[in-house]
Amino acid sequence: MKILSNLKYTKTHEWAKFENDGTVLAGLTDFAQEHLGDLVFVNLPEVGDSVTAGEPFCDVESVKAVSDVYAPVSGEIIEVNEALADNPALINEDPYDAWLVKIGSVEDNGELLDAAAYDTFAKEEAED
Amino acid sequence: MEKKTPLYDMHVKYGGKIVPFAGYLLPVQYGGGVIAEHMAVRNSCGIFDVSHMGEFFLEGHDALENLNMLMTNDFTDMADGQARYSPMCNENGGTVDDLIVYKRFDDFYMIVVNAANKEKDFNWIKDHLTGHVHFTDMSDKFAQIAIQGPAACNLVSSRSAYDHVPVDNYTACFDAEWEGIPCVISRTGYTGEDGLEIYLRPERACEMWELLLDAGRKVGLTPCGLGARDTLRLEACMPLYGHELADDISPKEAGLGYFIKMDKPDFIGKQAMLAQQPLTRKRVGLKVTGRGIIREHMDLYVGDRKVGFSTSGSHLPYVGAPMAMAMVDMEYTAKGTVLEADVRGRRVAAEVVATPFYKRK
Repeated sequence: MKILSNLKYTKTHEWAKFENDGTVLAGLTDFAQEHLGDLVFVNLPEVGDSVTAGEPFCDVESVKAVSDVYAPVSGEIIEVNEALADNPALINEDPYDAWLVKIGSVEDNGELLDAAAYDTFAKEEAED
Repeated sequence: MEKKTPLYDMHVKYGGKIVPFAGYLLPVQYGGGVIAEHMAVRNSCGIFDVSHMGEFFLEGHDALENLNMLMTNDFTDMADGQARYSPMCNENGGTVDDLIVYKRFDDFYMIVVNAANKEKDFNWIKDHLTGHVHFTDMSDKFAQIAIQGPAACNLVSSRSAYDHVPVDNYTACFDAEWEGIPCVISRTGYTGEDGLEIYLRPERACEMWELLLDAGRKVGLTPCGLGARDTLRLEACMPLYGHELADDISPKEAGLGYFIKMDKPDFIGKQAMLAQQPLTRKRVGLKVTGRGIIREHMDLYVGDRKVGFSTSGSHLPYVGAPMAMAMVDMEYTAKGTVLEADVRGRRVAAEVVATPFYKRK
C-alpha cells in the first residue's frame, strides 16, 4: 500500500493535497482503489458545487459496486478531473496522480490524518 | 458461519479476496482484478471454484417420471451421459430454481442446483416425489472446478491419457480420470464460452487445481472469482436466480420458453403458465446510453410511468460498456425503445437492444 508523506488523509480513504494557493486537490487513496477493484465509472460533481467535509460529493463505481467519495474539506468545487470521465482506470493505475476535484474557498477541514497516522489506521482496517 | 469450500486454501494461496457468498467463503476476485479475469476467459481460459453448487442424486424406477413432473423441460429422450438445462417451477408458474439434470444411465440422474437454493430445492423436490425413487443430497461429496474459455478443452485433453473429455456440448463423462484423479467431466459452463466443469471428491480438489494451473500455464490459465463469473454470464445474457428468475418471475417471462415443454402432459406450473398467456412483461437487454451504470433492482421509467425494473447490470469488460438486463412491461420491449433508470435518484437513459450482448464465434 502506497502512502505519500506530503498528503493528508481521511478515515474514509480520500487524500487531500493542500496547495500553496490555498486550494485543495482531493482523490482516492491506494488503499481505496485496491479495495474497490477495477473502476469503470466516476460520477464527478459540477464545478460550483459546494462540498462539506465528511459528506459525500461524488461516487465511483467498480465492476462490482458503487461507493461514495467523501470531501476531506469544506469549500467549493473549482475544477474536476475530466480525464477520469473517459478513463476511470487512471485511479487504479496511479491514485495519487488521478485527482478527482480541486476545492477552493476552503472553509474548514474534516478530521484529517497525517501519513503515519493513516498508515496505522489503514493497516488496522485491513485486518478487520 | 460460512463454510469453506474444499479449495479454500487455493484461494488464499493465489491471492483471492475472500467474501461470504451463499453460505460459503469464496474469492470475489484474485490479484489481477475482475476485468483481467473476464478477458482471460474470453481470450484463453480461466479456472473457477464452483464447489458451492449443490449436487443431488435421483435414482430409481420412477426417476424420469418425477423429473418430467418437477421440471419444465422434457428428459424423456436423453441419452446416457447427456446434460439438460431446465427451470423448476412452483404452482403459480414462478421459478423455484434453474438447474442442470445429468443422465448417468436409466433410473440414475444427477441434478445440479444453485448454491443459494440448495436447501430450498432439496425440500421442494423431496416433498413432490412420488413412486419408487431414492433422493440424496450429495453436495458435500463433491468439489467442482470450472475451466472455461476457448483454450479450456484442449488444455484438459492434452493431459488426459484416455479420451475422457466429452466432445459434445451438454454431455458428460461420468467415469473420467484426469492425471490419475477420478472425476466427472462435463462440457458445460456459465460464461458463454466453450469449457468444462469437473466434479470430483473434495479430498483431491486442491491437487486437481494445482495440476490444472500447471497444465494451463502456457496458455495463461487464470484463476477467476465470483466477480468475473457474474460479468461473464451477464455478457452472455444467462439468467441468474434471484435476478432474472425468482419465485414471482416465470421462466417464460425470463425468455426461457425453449426450455418449457408445454406439450408434456403435465408439470408443476403448467396450468398457471397457460393462464398467464399472453405475457404482460418479459426480459430485455439494455444498453446504457446515459452516464452511469444500471445495476440490479433499479426502477425503469418512460416519463413518469414505471415500466419495469433492472434485474442485473454492470460494466461489461469484453463489450466495453455498461449493459443491463431488465423485466419490462410488454409494450416497452421493442428494440430501440428508450427507458430511464432511477440510479440512486438520478435518471440514466438506456435503450432496449438485442441479446445476448456477447456470442462466441
